[in-house]
Amino acid sequence: MEKIKVTIAASGLNNIDSPGPGIPVIRGIRDSKDFDVRIVGLAYENLEPGAYMHELVDKTYKVPYPSEGSDALMERLKVINEQEHIDVLIPNFDSELYTFIKAENTLRDIGIQTFLPTMKQFEERHKSNLPEFGKKYQVKVPFSKPISSVSDIEKLKDDIEYPFVVKGKFYDAYIAQNKEQASMYFNRISAKWGLPIIIQEFIKGTEVNVVALGDGNGRTIGAVPMRKQYITDKGKAWGGITLDDSRMLDLTHHIISQTRWRGGMELELIRTDKNEFYLIEINPRLPAWVYLAVGAGQNLPEALVKLALGLPANPFTNYETGKLFIRYSYDMICNLDEFMKLSTKGEL
Amino acid sequence: MQLKKNIAISDTGFLFDPSTGDSFTLNPMGIEILGMIKEGKSQAEITSHITSMYDVVESAFERYFYDFISMLKHHQIIEGNGEN
Repeated sequence: MEKIKVTIAASGLNNIDSPGPGIPVIRGIRDSKDFDVRIVGLAYENLEPGAYMHELVDKTYKVPYPSEGSDALMERLKVINEQEHIDVLIPNFDSELYTFIKAENTLRDIGIQTFLPTMKQFEERHKSNLPEFGKKYQVKVPFSKPISSVSDIEKLKDDIEYPFVVKGKFYDAYIAQNKEQASMYFNRISAKWGLPIIIQEFIKGTEVNVVALGDGNGRTIGAVPMRKQYITDKGKAWGGITLDDSRMLDLTHHIISQTRWRGGMELELIRTDKNEFYLIEINPRLPAWVYLAVGAGQNLPEALVKLALGLPANPFTNYETGKLFIRYSYDMICNLDEFMKLSTKGEL
Repeated sequence: MQLKKNIAISDTGFLFDPSTGDSFTLNPMGIEILGMIKEGKSQAEITSHITSMYDVVESAFERYFYDFISMLKHHQIIEGNGEN
Protein backbone atom coordinates (compact mmCIF):
# COMPACT_ATOMS: atom_id res chain seq x y z
CA MET A 1 0.00 0.00 0.00
CA GLU A 2 1.27 3.42 -0.89
CA LYS A 3 2.15 5.61 2.03
CA ILE A 4 0.14 8.75 2.64
CA LYS A 5 2.21 11.90 2.35
CA VAL A 6 1.75 14.20 5.33
CA THR A 7 3.48 17.27 6.64
CA ILE A 8 3.52 17.42 10.39
CA ALA A 9 4.55 20.38 12.50
CA ALA A 10 5.69 19.62 16.03
CA SER A 11 7.04 21.68 18.90
CA GLY A 12 8.89 20.48 21.99
CA LEU A 13 12.24 19.98 20.26
CA ASN A 14 14.13 20.68 23.48
CA ASN A 15 15.58 17.20 23.82
CA ILE A 16 17.59 18.16 26.89
CA ASP A 17 17.86 16.80 30.45
CA SER A 18 14.26 17.80 31.05
CA PRO A 19 13.08 16.88 27.58
CA GLY A 20 10.06 18.04 25.67
CA PRO A 21 8.04 15.32 23.95
CA GLY A 22 8.69 16.60 20.41
CA ILE A 23 11.50 14.28 19.38
CA PRO A 24 9.93 11.07 20.81
CA VAL A 25 6.63 11.99 19.14
CA ILE A 26 8.44 12.56 15.83
CA ARG A 27 10.30 9.25 16.17
CA GLY A 28 6.98 7.46 16.59
CA ILE A 29 5.51 9.14 13.52
CA ARG A 30 8.65 8.40 11.50
CA ASP A 31 8.24 4.71 12.42
CA SER A 32 4.83 4.69 10.73
CA LYS A 33 4.29 2.26 7.90
CA ASP A 34 1.27 4.22 6.71
CA PHE A 35 2.73 7.72 6.44
CA ASP A 36 5.46 9.28 4.37
CA VAL A 37 6.18 12.25 6.59
CA ARG A 38 7.83 15.61 6.31
CA ILE A 39 8.52 17.02 9.76
CA VAL A 40 8.46 20.73 10.38
CA GLY A 41 9.92 21.61 13.75
CA LEU A 42 8.73 24.62 15.69
CA ALA A 43 11.45 25.91 18.01
CA TYR A 44 11.30 28.61 20.64
CA GLU A 45 15.05 28.71 21.27
CA ASN A 46 18.09 28.61 19.00
CA LEU A 47 19.65 25.72 20.88
CA GLU A 48 16.76 23.28 20.91
CA PRO A 49 18.58 20.10 19.85
CA GLY A 50 15.74 18.83 17.65
CA ALA A 51 16.32 21.69 15.22
CA TYR A 52 19.73 20.20 14.43
CA MET A 53 18.58 16.56 14.24
CA HIS A 54 18.09 16.57 10.48
CA GLU A 55 17.46 12.84 10.26
CA LEU A 56 14.29 13.44 12.27
CA VAL A 57 13.34 17.05 11.55
CA ASP A 58 13.32 18.20 7.92
CA LYS A 59 12.99 21.91 8.53
CA THR A 60 12.77 24.04 11.65
CA TYR A 61 11.21 27.44 12.15
CA LYS A 62 11.58 29.71 15.14
CA VAL A 63 8.24 30.71 16.63
CA PRO A 64 7.44 33.34 19.27
CA TYR A 65 6.62 32.18 22.79
CA PRO A 66 2.89 31.93 23.55
CA SER A 67 3.51 34.48 26.31
CA GLU A 68 4.14 37.07 23.56
CA GLY A 69 0.50 36.71 22.61
CA SER A 70 -1.39 34.23 20.49
CA ASP A 71 -1.66 36.70 17.58
CA ALA A 72 2.10 36.76 17.09
CA LEU A 73 2.29 32.97 17.21
CA MET A 74 -0.62 32.51 14.79
CA GLU A 75 0.77 35.07 12.35
CA ARG A 76 4.08 33.24 12.35
CA LEU A 77 2.31 29.90 11.82
CA LYS A 78 0.42 31.30 8.85
CA VAL A 79 3.69 32.38 7.23
CA ILE A 80 5.22 28.96 7.90
CA ASN A 81 2.14 27.24 6.54
CA GLU A 82 2.37 29.16 3.27
CA GLN A 83 5.76 27.55 2.78
CA GLU A 84 5.08 24.12 4.20
CA HIS A 85 1.36 23.34 3.79
CA ILE A 86 1.12 21.68 7.19
CA ASP A 87 -1.44 18.90 7.51
CA VAL A 88 -1.23 18.26 11.23
CA LEU A 89 0.12 20.34 14.10
CA ILE A 90 1.18 18.60 17.31
CA PRO A 91 1.96 21.05 20.11
CA ASN A 92 3.98 19.33 22.83
CA PHE A 93 4.22 21.92 25.59
CA ASP A 94 1.59 22.41 28.28
CA SER A 95 2.21 26.15 28.13
CA GLU A 96 1.24 26.45 24.44
CA LEU A 97 -1.83 24.23 24.53
CA TYR A 98 -4.26 26.94 25.60
CA THR A 99 -3.33 29.02 22.56
CA PHE A 100 -3.61 26.13 20.11
CA ILE A 101 -6.86 24.78 21.56
CA LYS A 102 -8.34 28.26 21.22
CA ALA A 103 -7.02 28.54 17.68
CA GLU A 104 -8.31 25.16 16.54
CA ASN A 105 -10.84 26.60 14.08
CA THR A 106 -8.46 29.24 12.74
CA LEU A 107 -5.88 26.53 12.13
CA ARG A 108 -8.45 24.32 10.42
CA ASP A 109 -9.40 27.21 8.15
CA ILE A 110 -5.85 27.29 6.83
CA GLY A 111 -5.75 23.52 6.41
CA ILE A 112 -3.99 22.55 9.65
CA GLN A 113 -5.59 19.78 11.70
CA THR A 114 -4.97 19.26 15.41
CA PHE A 115 -6.19 16.62 17.83
CA LEU A 116 -6.24 18.35 21.18
CA PRO A 117 -8.41 18.19 24.29
CA THR A 118 -11.39 20.52 24.33
CA MET A 119 -11.06 23.71 26.36
CA LYS A 120 -13.37 22.20 28.99
CA GLN A 121 -11.23 19.07 29.29
CA PHE A 122 -8.07 21.17 29.39
CA GLU A 123 -9.39 23.45 32.10
CA GLU A 124 -11.01 20.93 34.40
CA ARG A 125 -7.93 18.74 34.71
CA HIS A 126 -5.76 21.68 35.86
CA LYS A 127 -3.81 20.92 39.02
CA SER A 128 -5.75 23.66 40.76
CA ASN A 129 -9.05 21.96 39.82
CA LEU A 130 -7.98 18.44 40.77
CA PRO A 131 -10.26 18.06 43.84
CA GLU A 132 -13.34 18.94 41.75
CA PHE A 133 -12.10 16.65 38.99
CA GLY A 134 -11.75 13.75 41.45
CA LYS A 135 -15.20 14.35 42.86
CA LYS A 136 -16.87 14.66 39.48
CA TYR A 137 -15.31 11.54 37.97
CA GLN A 138 -14.99 9.44 41.16
CA VAL A 139 -11.21 9.30 41.09
CA LYS A 140 -9.07 9.39 44.24
CA VAL A 141 -7.02 12.59 44.29
CA PRO A 142 -4.90 14.23 46.99
CA PHE A 143 -6.12 17.39 48.70
CA SER A 144 -4.96 20.34 46.59
CA LYS A 145 -5.41 24.05 46.89
CA PRO A 146 -4.21 26.85 44.61
CA ILE A 147 -2.66 29.82 46.41
CA SER A 148 -1.50 33.21 45.16
CA SER A 149 0.50 34.53 48.07
CA VAL A 150 3.13 33.20 50.49
CA SER A 151 0.90 34.28 53.34
CA ASP A 152 -1.75 31.80 52.13
CA ILE A 153 0.53 28.95 53.24
CA GLU A 154 -0.15 29.77 56.89
CA LYS A 155 -3.90 29.80 56.25
CA LEU A 156 -3.75 26.19 55.08
CA LYS A 157 -2.51 24.82 58.40
CA ASP A 158 -5.93 23.37 59.31
CA ASP A 159 -6.35 21.72 55.90
CA ILE A 160 -3.02 20.09 55.26
CA GLU A 161 -0.02 18.78 57.21
CA TYR A 162 3.67 18.78 56.38
CA PRO A 163 5.20 17.40 54.29
CA PHE A 164 3.21 18.64 51.32
CA VAL A 165 4.00 19.23 47.67
CA VAL A 166 4.45 22.72 46.24
CA LYS A 167 3.67 22.70 42.53
CA GLY A 168 3.83 25.15 39.64
CA LYS A 169 0.81 25.50 37.38
CA PHE A 170 2.67 23.97 34.44
CA TYR A 171 5.90 22.44 35.72
CA ASP A 172 8.01 21.89 38.83
CA ALA A 173 7.15 20.30 42.13
CA TYR A 174 8.99 20.20 45.46
CA ILE A 175 8.24 18.48 48.74
CA ALA A 176 8.17 20.99 51.59
CA GLN A 177 8.89 19.73 55.10
CA ASN A 178 8.14 23.00 56.86
CA LYS A 179 6.89 26.55 56.40
CA GLU A 180 10.33 27.91 55.49
CA GLN A 181 10.77 25.40 52.71
CA ALA A 182 7.21 25.96 51.49
CA SER A 183 7.86 29.73 51.22
CA MET A 184 11.15 29.16 49.46
CA TYR A 185 9.57 26.80 46.89
CA PHE A 186 6.61 29.15 46.44
CA ASN A 187 8.96 31.97 45.47
CA ARG A 188 11.17 29.77 43.32
CA ILE A 189 8.32 28.30 41.27
CA SER A 190 6.21 31.45 41.00
CA ALA A 191 9.23 33.41 39.70
CA LYS A 192 9.57 30.88 36.90
CA TRP A 193 6.03 29.81 36.06
CA GLY A 194 3.80 32.46 37.61
CA LEU A 195 0.76 32.03 39.80
CA PRO A 196 -1.13 30.23 41.16
CA ILE A 197 1.00 27.80 43.08
CA ILE A 198 -0.69 24.56 44.02
CA ILE A 199 -0.28 23.10 47.48
CA GLN A 200 -0.94 19.38 47.31
CA GLU A 201 -1.18 16.69 49.97
CA PHE A 202 1.87 14.41 49.89
CA ILE A 203 0.79 10.84 49.17
CA LYS A 204 3.39 8.30 50.19
CA GLY A 205 3.92 5.58 47.66
CA THR A 206 5.40 4.77 44.28
CA GLU A 207 4.88 7.07 41.34
CA VAL A 208 3.55 5.30 38.28
CA ASN A 209 2.41 6.80 35.00
CA VAL A 210 0.19 5.97 32.05
CA VAL A 211 0.49 7.36 28.55
CA ALA A 212 -2.83 7.20 26.73
CA LEU A 213 -4.78 8.46 23.75
CA GLY A 214 -8.50 9.16 23.73
CA ASP A 215 -10.57 9.49 20.56
CA GLY A 216 -12.84 12.22 21.93
CA ASN A 217 -15.84 9.93 22.03
CA GLY A 218 -14.93 8.09 25.22
CA ARG A 219 -12.87 5.38 23.58
CA THR A 220 -9.29 4.65 24.60
CA ILE A 221 -7.17 4.14 21.50
CA GLY A 222 -4.16 3.04 23.51
CA ALA A 223 -2.72 3.08 27.02
CA VAL A 224 0.62 1.92 28.41
CA PRO A 225 1.52 2.02 32.13
CA MET A 226 5.09 2.68 33.17
CA ARG A 227 7.17 3.03 36.32
CA LYS A 228 10.13 5.37 36.37
CA GLN A 229 13.21 3.38 37.30
CA TYR A 230 15.71 6.17 37.37
CA ILE A 231 14.73 9.73 38.15
CA THR A 232 16.88 12.80 37.55
CA ASP A 233 17.23 15.65 40.01
CA LYS A 234 14.54 17.40 37.96
CA GLY A 235 12.18 14.52 38.62
CA LYS A 236 12.31 13.33 35.03
CA ALA A 237 12.48 9.70 34.06
CA TRP A 238 15.88 8.63 32.80
CA GLY A 239 14.75 5.04 32.64
CA GLY A 240 11.38 3.35 32.90
CA ILE A 241 9.65 0.03 32.41
CA THR A 242 6.21 -0.95 31.11
CA LEU A 243 3.94 -2.55 33.69
CA ASP A 244 1.24 -5.17 33.60
CA ASP A 245 -1.40 -3.65 35.86
CA SER A 246 -5.03 -4.01 34.90
CA ARG A 247 -6.13 -1.56 37.60
CA MET A 248 -4.06 1.23 36.09
CA LEU A 249 -5.58 0.49 32.71
CA ASP A 250 -9.10 0.34 34.17
CA LEU A 251 -8.54 3.73 35.77
CA THR A 252 -7.29 5.16 32.47
CA HIS A 253 -10.27 3.76 30.54
CA HIS A 254 -12.58 5.17 33.21
CA ILE A 255 -11.09 8.68 32.98
CA ILE A 256 -11.07 8.70 29.19
CA SER A 257 -14.63 7.38 28.90
CA GLN A 258 -16.01 9.73 31.54
CA THR A 259 -14.26 12.85 30.28
CA ARG A 260 -14.50 11.78 26.61
CA TRP A 261 -10.87 12.77 26.45
CA ARG A 262 -9.62 13.93 23.07
CA GLY A 263 -5.92 13.58 22.31
CA GLY A 264 -2.85 12.40 24.13
CA MET A 265 -2.53 12.40 27.88
CA GLU A 266 -0.27 11.31 30.68
CA LEU A 267 -1.70 10.25 34.01
CA GLU A 268 0.59 10.68 36.99
CA LEU A 269 -0.45 8.33 39.76
CA ILE A 270 0.78 7.33 43.19
CA ARG A 271 0.34 3.70 44.20
CA THR A 272 0.21 3.53 47.99
CA ASP A 273 1.40 0.65 50.15
CA LYS A 274 -2.27 -0.35 50.39
CA ASN A 275 -2.36 -0.66 46.62
CA GLU A 276 -4.62 2.32 46.16
CA PHE A 277 -4.13 4.70 43.25
CA TYR A 278 -4.22 8.45 43.66
CA LEU A 279 -4.31 10.66 40.59
CA ILE A 280 -1.87 13.50 41.17
CA GLU A 281 -1.83 15.06 37.73
CA ILE A 282 -3.14 14.80 34.17
CA ASN A 283 -0.80 16.18 31.54
CA PRO A 284 -2.91 17.03 28.49
CA ARG A 285 -0.44 15.79 25.88
CA LEU A 286 1.81 12.87 25.10
CA PRO A 287 4.78 12.77 27.50
CA ALA A 288 8.49 12.72 26.67
CA TRP A 289 8.62 8.98 27.39
CA VAL A 290 5.96 8.19 24.76
CA TYR A 291 8.48 6.35 22.60
CA LEU A 292 8.43 3.58 25.22
CA ALA A 293 4.81 2.97 24.24
CA VAL A 294 5.88 2.81 20.59
CA GLY A 295 8.60 0.32 21.51
CA ALA A 296 6.12 -1.74 23.51
CA GLY A 297 3.76 -2.03 20.55
CA GLN A 298 1.49 1.01 20.68
CA ASN A 299 2.45 3.76 18.27
CA LEU A 300 0.35 6.44 19.92
CA PRO A 301 1.88 9.39 18.00
CA GLU A 302 0.98 7.72 14.71
CA ALA A 303 -2.54 6.99 15.97
CA LEU A 304 -2.88 10.63 17.02
CA VAL A 305 -1.99 11.74 13.49
CA LYS A 306 -4.62 9.36 12.10
CA LEU A 307 -7.25 10.77 14.41
CA ALA A 308 -6.28 14.32 13.46
CA LEU A 309 -6.65 13.46 9.78
CA GLY A 310 -9.99 11.73 10.36
CA LEU A 311 -8.54 8.36 9.39
CA PRO A 312 -9.60 5.17 11.19
CA ALA A 313 -7.48 4.43 14.26
CA ASN A 314 -8.13 1.01 15.70
CA PRO A 315 -7.70 0.71 19.47
CA PHE A 316 -4.59 -1.12 20.56
CA THR A 317 -5.35 -4.23 22.56
CA ASN A 318 -1.91 -5.21 23.73
CA TYR A 319 1.58 -4.07 24.58
CA GLU A 320 4.76 -5.73 25.75
CA THR A 321 5.30 -5.79 29.51
CA GLY A 322 8.80 -5.35 30.91
CA LYS A 323 9.95 -3.18 28.01
CA LEU A 324 12.49 -0.61 29.16
CA PHE A 325 13.60 2.78 27.99
CA ILE A 326 16.94 4.20 29.01
CA ARG A 327 17.53 7.81 28.08
CA TYR A 328 20.99 8.98 27.10
CA SER A 329 22.72 12.19 26.24
CA TYR A 330 24.68 12.63 23.03
CA ASP A 331 26.82 15.49 21.80
CA MET A 332 25.92 16.55 18.28
CA ILE A 333 28.54 18.47 16.40
CA CYS A 334 26.98 21.31 14.46
CA ASN A 335 28.37 23.96 12.17
CA LEU A 336 28.20 27.58 13.13
CA ASP A 337 26.31 28.46 9.94
CA GLU A 338 23.39 26.31 11.07
CA PHE A 339 23.20 28.09 14.40
CA MET A 340 23.58 31.38 12.55
CA LYS A 341 20.71 30.56 10.15
CA LEU A 342 18.31 29.71 12.94
CA SER A 343 19.39 32.74 14.98
CA THR A 344 19.18 35.29 12.22
CA LYS A 345 16.71 33.98 9.64
CA GLY A 346 14.54 32.06 12.09
CA GLU A 347 14.63 28.92 10.02
CA LEU A 348 16.93 25.99 9.42
CA MET B 1 2.22 -19.05 50.69
CA GLN B 2 2.01 -18.48 47.00
CA LEU B 3 4.12 -16.75 44.45
CA LYS B 4 2.28 -13.68 43.16
CA LYS B 5 0.70 -14.14 39.76
CA ASN B 6 2.81 -13.18 36.74
CA ILE B 7 6.13 -13.16 38.61
CA ALA B 8 8.83 -14.18 36.17
CA ILE B 9 12.05 -15.87 37.32
CA SER B 10 14.84 -16.64 34.88
CA ASP B 11 17.26 -19.55 35.20
CA THR B 12 19.95 -17.08 36.17
CA GLY B 13 17.93 -15.78 39.12
CA PHE B 14 16.55 -12.57 37.66
CA LEU B 15 13.12 -12.00 39.18
CA PHE B 16 10.71 -9.52 37.59
CA ASP B 17 7.37 -8.36 38.94
CA PRO B 18 5.49 -6.97 35.91
CA SER B 19 2.83 -5.23 38.00
CA THR B 20 5.29 -3.05 39.92
CA GLY B 21 8.28 -3.05 37.57
CA ASP B 22 10.51 -4.22 40.43
CA SER B 23 13.35 -6.57 39.62
CA PHE B 24 15.65 -8.54 41.92
CA THR B 25 18.56 -10.89 41.66
CA LEU B 26 18.42 -14.20 43.50
CA ASN B 27 21.39 -16.30 44.54
CA PRO B 28 21.28 -20.04 43.74
CA MET B 29 19.68 -20.88 47.11
CA GLY B 30 17.03 -18.22 46.53
CA ILE B 31 16.28 -19.63 43.10
CA GLU B 32 15.90 -23.13 44.57
CA ILE B 33 13.60 -22.02 47.39
CA LEU B 34 11.43 -19.83 45.17
CA GLY B 35 11.22 -22.70 42.72
CA MET B 36 9.80 -24.88 45.48
CA ILE B 37 7.37 -22.18 46.57
CA LYS B 38 6.25 -21.91 42.96
CA GLU B 39 5.61 -25.67 42.93
CA GLY B 40 3.38 -25.21 45.96
CA LYS B 41 5.67 -26.96 48.45
CA SER B 42 5.00 -26.31 52.12
CA GLN B 43 7.54 -24.86 54.51
CA ALA B 44 8.07 -28.31 56.08
CA GLU B 45 8.77 -29.82 52.68
CA ILE B 46 11.19 -27.04 51.77
CA THR B 47 13.01 -27.37 55.12
CA SER B 48 13.24 -31.11 54.77
CA HIS B 49 14.60 -30.85 51.24
CA ILE B 50 17.21 -28.20 52.02
CA THR B 51 18.43 -29.79 55.26
CA SER B 52 18.82 -33.14 53.52
CA MET B 53 20.68 -31.64 50.56
CA TYR B 54 22.95 -29.15 52.32
CA ASP B 55 25.00 -28.97 55.47
CA VAL B 56 22.62 -26.87 57.55
CA VAL B 57 20.68 -27.66 60.72
CA GLU B 58 16.95 -27.15 60.75
CA SER B 59 16.92 -24.29 63.30
CA ALA B 60 19.54 -22.30 61.42
CA PHE B 61 17.79 -22.85 58.10
CA GLU B 62 14.44 -21.78 59.50
CA ARG B 63 15.89 -18.53 60.79
CA TYR B 64 17.23 -17.65 57.32
CA PHE B 65 14.08 -18.97 55.70
CA TYR B 66 11.86 -16.62 57.75
CA ASP B 67 14.12 -13.69 56.90
CA PHE B 68 13.88 -14.57 53.24
CA ILE B 69 10.10 -14.98 53.37
CA SER B 70 9.74 -11.64 55.18
CA MET B 71 11.72 -9.99 52.43
CA LEU B 72 9.58 -11.60 49.73
CA LYS B 73 6.43 -10.48 51.52
CA HIS B 74 7.79 -6.98 51.97
CA HIS B 75 8.33 -6.74 48.23
CA GLN B 76 4.93 -8.38 47.63
CA ILE B 77 6.47 -11.24 45.71
CA ILE B 78 4.60 -13.87 47.68
CA GLU B 79 1.10 -13.83 49.08
CA GLY B 80 -0.21 -15.70 52.13
CA ASN B 81 1.02 -15.96 55.69
CA GLY B 82 4.30 -17.61 54.85
CA GLU B 83 3.98 -20.28 57.54
CA ASN B 84 1.92 -23.00 55.90
